[in-house]
Amino acid sequence: MGSPEVTSTAVTDIESSTMPKKKAAATEPSTNGNAPASSPELNHEFLHSMLLQRRFEERCAEAYALGKIGGFCHLYIGQEAVSTGVLSSLRADDYIITTYRDHGQALARGMSPRTVMSELFGRIDGCARGKGGSMHMFDKSLNFLGGHGIVGANVPLATGVAFAIKYRGGDQVCVCFMGESVVNTGAFHEALNMAGLWKLPVVYIIENNRYGMGTALERASAIHDIYERGASYNMSRAVCDGQDVFEVRAAVGKAIERARTESTPTLLEVRTYRFMGHSMSDAVSGTYRSKAELEEHMKRDPIVLLRTYMMEHGELTDEALHKMDDEIKAVVQDAWDFADKSPEPPLEALYEDVYVDTTSDAAADAVA
Amino acid sequence: MPVITYRDALNAALREEMQRDDRVFLMGEEVAVYQGAYKVSKGLLQEFGEMRVVDTPITELGFAGVGVGAAMVGLRPIIEFMTWNFAVLALDQVLNSAAKMLYMSGGQFNIPIVFRGPNGAALQLSAQHSQAFESWLAHIPGIKVISPSTPYDAKGLLKSAIRDDNPVCFLEGEMLYNTKGEVPDEEYLIPIGKADLKREGNHATIITAGKMALLGVQAADQLAKDGINVDVVDLRTVRPMDVEAIKTSVEKTNRAVVLEEGWEIAGIGAQVVDYIQRDCFDSLDAPVLRVHQADVPMPYAKNLERAAKPDAAKTVAAVRKVMYLD
Repeated sequence: MGSPEVTSTAVTDIESSTMPKKKAAATEPSTNGNAPASSPELNHEFLHSMLLQRRFEERCAEAYALGKIGGFCHLYIGQEAVSTGVLSSLRADDYIITTYRDHGQALARGMSPRTVMSELFGRIDGCARGKGGSMHMFDKSLNFLGGHGIVGANVPLATGVAFAIKYRGGDQVCVCFMGESVVNTGAFHEALNMAGLWKLPVVYIIENNRYGMGTALERASAIHDIYERGASYNMSRAVCDGQDVFEVRAAVGKAIERARTESTPTLLEVRTYRFMGHSMSDAVSGTYRSKAELEEHMKRDPIVLLRTYMMEHGELTDEALHKMDDEIKAVVQDAWDFADKSPEPPLEALYEDVYVDTTSDAAADAVA
Repeated sequence: MPVITYRDALNAALREEMQRDDRVFLMGEEVAVYQGAYKVSKGLLQEFGEMRVVDTPITELGFAGVGVGAAMVGLRPIIEFMTWNFAVLALDQVLNSAAKMLYMSGGQFNIPIVFRGPNGAALQLSAQHSQAFESWLAHIPGIKVISPSTPYDAKGLLKSAIRDDNPVCFLEGEMLYNTKGEVPDEEYLIPIGKADLKREGNHATIITAGKMALLGVQAADQLAKDGINVDVVDLRTVRPMDVEAIKTSVEKTNRAVVLEEGWEIAGIGAQVVDYIQRDCFDSLDAPVLRVHQADVPMPYAKNLERAAKPDAAKTVAAVRKVMYLD
């Protein structure tokens, strides 16, 4: 705090600006900060996490079509290596904050499929008791600080969480997910400037899925290597392939380590692709991208890349894969059934949770 | 009882609450090294250090959000806006983050934060620096809105605001900082949501808040010279509003004038009149009148500014009218 030292540009971590790589399988795992990079057991966990998100959201699309899910519903399909790669690299006491495209991250952090599906169905057993819906997944017990619906608004919030970590002298890290369209908002600029100025333990993750709704990155941002925006805030910055869970883990691992040990922020651009429309009201390819482009990107499905890697390395058989898939489908079906049976919130809940009726409980309350 | 300024009363409230609870910190533009644009935070940097008294860049949206984020994980921020006129830039974080977080998280995340700073017009600051925000903020469920008129109220209410576990918008008056009043040395709190009778009378009721309460008192004193005695109900908090206090007074006097600093349309006065027509319909002997800023951006020229602002004379005229004296 106070007068920050000028960081040397030597700490800047520009790993590559020639993305994405076109490989049929995930890369060999490299380092992930101090965490183990990979093992057959870990890889099974990653595959399970990613496949759970995929199967869950496939059923979300179905439930939306049936009218069980209402409002806006933004699917994460195609981006699962980002959530799994990042969240598998965090500690339980770290903080996560994200946008309205939040189902995948909620599941990858460990929120139960029943809880997420119940929230989507607007039921009492949802994480926000049916009051938040698709865009507002919150779980205090997991330090999951919510999906936020205003583009850019979660970035100052993350900066504030990191400020609180530093204020208390802790070694936790706050991870802030956002889409690439966020970098054009004032909130992003204001928040990153303060994080750079005050050296806060935060990792800003730009999930560059190429489109802010229907507007391509090149039609919205004056620069296209958007991790370079970090230069404006004297901030360490990097870019990685978001379809490859090992690459995500390697890149985010360094950023998390830097935040934890040096209390400095990182801007990490993760290049990924949204396989679905912006929301359920947007056709998959839409008017803004071609079917050919979509199909080209779908060749690099993050789940297929990991699965192929594991099979090539003798870590996974067809049989084991099918067994995992069947188990996950059963879990998702259970979540659906549970949510379907969960009651709607009682009408008296309408006026609950507007205010709390408590005051600060510091010991000095006795003075009053 | 010691007589101190409104500014010093606020300063004392900040100091006492920061001494009491180390989760409380102050953040904003010029609050630390400069000692506060209006010197409300004078001496706090020296006492509490730069981690707890934090100068920010000029970045209202950003630091308002930093405050809300810090509040989500257990700190108790006080965010100072140099004026509420600049806080418009931060309204997204006040409205969409602070006010709605508890509700949209299903009760998981309350936001114990105070947004504070001077509100309304001073002298000849013209259109962009002379706006009153009570009605804008009071519209929002999930926050509380306080607008104190005296040093005593300012101190007791700011202390309550800092201890409240909900987001509180605290509207001070630039023209009030130098006003003086009695403030006891011993600690006290004033409950949020309770009005105070600043003058007592039987002939009519003036309902007001914040800086306007001083005008209400001036009007009451002028009316008293003609034998007209009015209740001046200083709401002190505009959300939640003390509807009982309004009702009690209007049922006694049968006549009411609402005096506010902001514009007419959808103003605080419109809400007060709605409560009165619902709760006191049979008690009214005259339509309720309102005194407010002219429905124009604030002009610069002295004479035009005077014409645009509510004042004691306009309030006296409105009271005489509801009494059918003019």
